[in-house]
Amino acid sequence: MDFTKPTIEYAELSPLLIVFGVAILGVLVEAFLPRERRYLSQVVLSSVGLVAALVATVWVGVDLGKVGDGAARGLVAAEGTVVVDGPSVFLWGLILVFALGGVLLFAERRLEAGVSVFAGQAAALPGTEAERQASTRGLDHTEVYPLLMFAVGGMLLFPAAGDLLTMFVALEVLSLPLYLLTGLARRRRLLSQEAALKYFLLGAFSSGFFLYGVALIYGFAGSMQLERIDAAVRANVENQALLYIGIGMLAVGLLFKVGAVPFQAWTPDVYQGAPTAVTAFMAAGTKIAAFGALLRLFYVGFGADRWGWQPMLWIIAILTMLIGAALAIVQTDVKRMLAYSSIAHTGFLLTGVLGVQSATELADGEVTSLQAVLFYLTTYGFATIGAFAIVTLVRDSGGEATSIQRWAGLGRRSPLVAGVFAFFLLSLAGIPLTAGFVGKWAVFTVALSAGAWPVVLTAIASSIIAVYFYVSFIRLMFFTEPDGGAEGEVASVTSPSILTSAAIVIALAGTVVLGIVPGPVLDLAAHAGQFIR
Amino acid sequence: MDDVTPYIILSSILFTIGCVGVLTRRNAIVVFMCVELMLNACNLALVAFAKQHGNLDGQVAAFFVMVVAAAEVVVGLAIIMTIFRTRRSASVDDASLLKY
Repeated sequence: MDFTKPTIEYAELSPLLIVFGVAILGVLVEAFLPRERRYLSQVVLSSVGLVAALVATVWVGVDLGKVGDGAARGLVAAEGTVVVDGPSVFLWGLILVFALGGVLLFAERRLEAGVSVFAGQAAALPGTEAERQASTRGLDHTEVYPLLMFAVGGMLLFPAAGDLLTMFVALEVLSLPLYLLTGLARRRRLLSQEAALKYFLLGAFSSGFFLYGVALIYGFAGSMQLERIDAAVRANVENQALLYIGIGMLAVGLLFKVGAVPFQAWTPDVYQGAPTAVTAFMAAGTKIAAFGALLRLFYVGFGADRWGWQPMLWIIAILTMLIGAALAIVQTDVKRMLAYSSIAHTGFLLTGVLGVQSATELADGEVTSLQAVLFYLTTYGFATIGAFAIVTLVRDSGGEATSIQRWAGLGRRSPLVAGVFAFFLLSLAGIPLTAGFVGKWAVFTVALSAGAWPVVLTAIASSIIAVYFYVSFIRLMFFTEPDGGAEGEVASVTSPSILTSAAIVIALAGTVVLGIVPGPVLDLAAHAGQFIR
Repeated sequence: MDDVTPYIILSSILFTIGCVGVLTRRNAIVVFMCVELMLNACNLALVAFAKQHGNLDGQVAAFFVMVVAAAEVVVGLAIIMTIFRTRRSASVDDASLLKY
């Protein structure tokens, strides 16, 4: 048997290659540079790498050739394992922008008086002499930048995976660094470690389900390529049991990653326990990557069997929206409240997934559900990164003041910061003239035109519940006298360095622009076209 | 085409044992071992289906799964070790600061 050399489309895969290359360079920097020079090198290396990958993504996106009847653009690269098409490139761009925001937040050192928000020495036990020494010597874990880059690489690969094995490997590459990053907080280390343990055990459990789903679908179709699975779904009428159990198990793995009910239990714990910079990056990045993969798997792989999986997603979407919005009301911690709100947003996104898929079924000027979801992910990402970035600024003597009581009256002491936070919350709530409104409008209309009106009704009801808790939080910031609570302390705003400010300004600009002139980004999403089948 | 049904049944039994173990055991290490059992059950299913379909995709996938499982062990044991050293316990019930 002859060995055939595989063809790798290096040019089209360059964003992925740059990100992984920079991650490996980062590991070498850790190994060979002296400690005091690592921080600057790592920050510069990862930001330059992300910008280069972004430029490469734009270049790849401009160059994509049309496929077939012109509804999709792009090509299948690396022997069918990576699909570089319009939606992939759009998601790559989004993930890279939010990863840059993540690097800016990671690099912030002014808030903790000269050190980063990550543990000085993760191996030193909390409350011991070793930990105090690490902190007085100003030690820093600069390994977080390579970890972030590896996670970004996994996120880029996840929605572009053309077969189930690549999808599984990408899922792990994006998850493993995030488990570690979750456990590296400088303050409240017990919470952070506990969050890492929970995230890891539940994440490994869910990827076990995902993998068994991969095995069953392979058994059904005889191949892992989504294209061949699609052909098998159309042709094969035997072994329906394998197909449906397989779809269910793959769905468990993906719905866990996006935090849909009933797989949402980890979300609040991890969002609260992780360092807030990590939460911001993870909340935006993981959701974008996992929704990209979910859409590709269900539209390309199982699109022919739409009525087999849609009822399941109907129920999950309804439960996710209601439970996310209802539990957010009773939270006493800002990060947990934002976590439950992100669960509700998963439900809204799933509403979009249920919409009309092909452009031929639509009237002029309507969007397909793919475009609606892409746009919603953009608005959600900007508002989430911005909101969590502001959470890092509001502090008291014990670090970040995440208890909601501490935020009372913040609007009077720091009107600017509280105002910007209120704006992000309004965008998450979907008030008109903010980005969130346009996103919600898009996903609701696509779901409605596909006849999913029970889901849309629930979505509107839970949007109203969501508006209630966002607005009552804003009222707390602006119209409640701080009573100080039991500890008699209120939070105040620490002024950040240029890095966090830049991240907040980018998020704010994105949210404002998308709210007032959503057209260009909607056009861009429409221009992305369909998935390549 | 050989009949691989017994292997698939065995792999589903192993997967179920792993799954029940994750849900019922209290020690983080044992929970983690049960996750590994689930991954190995997947490997068995992949290899059996590869035999049935007469192509190598499933066998190659099994190698990838082994590598991923090894990477997961590195990360997982590091996390479990840290929490054990802090709390002197690897019980998943003791880690209960974050709730509601």
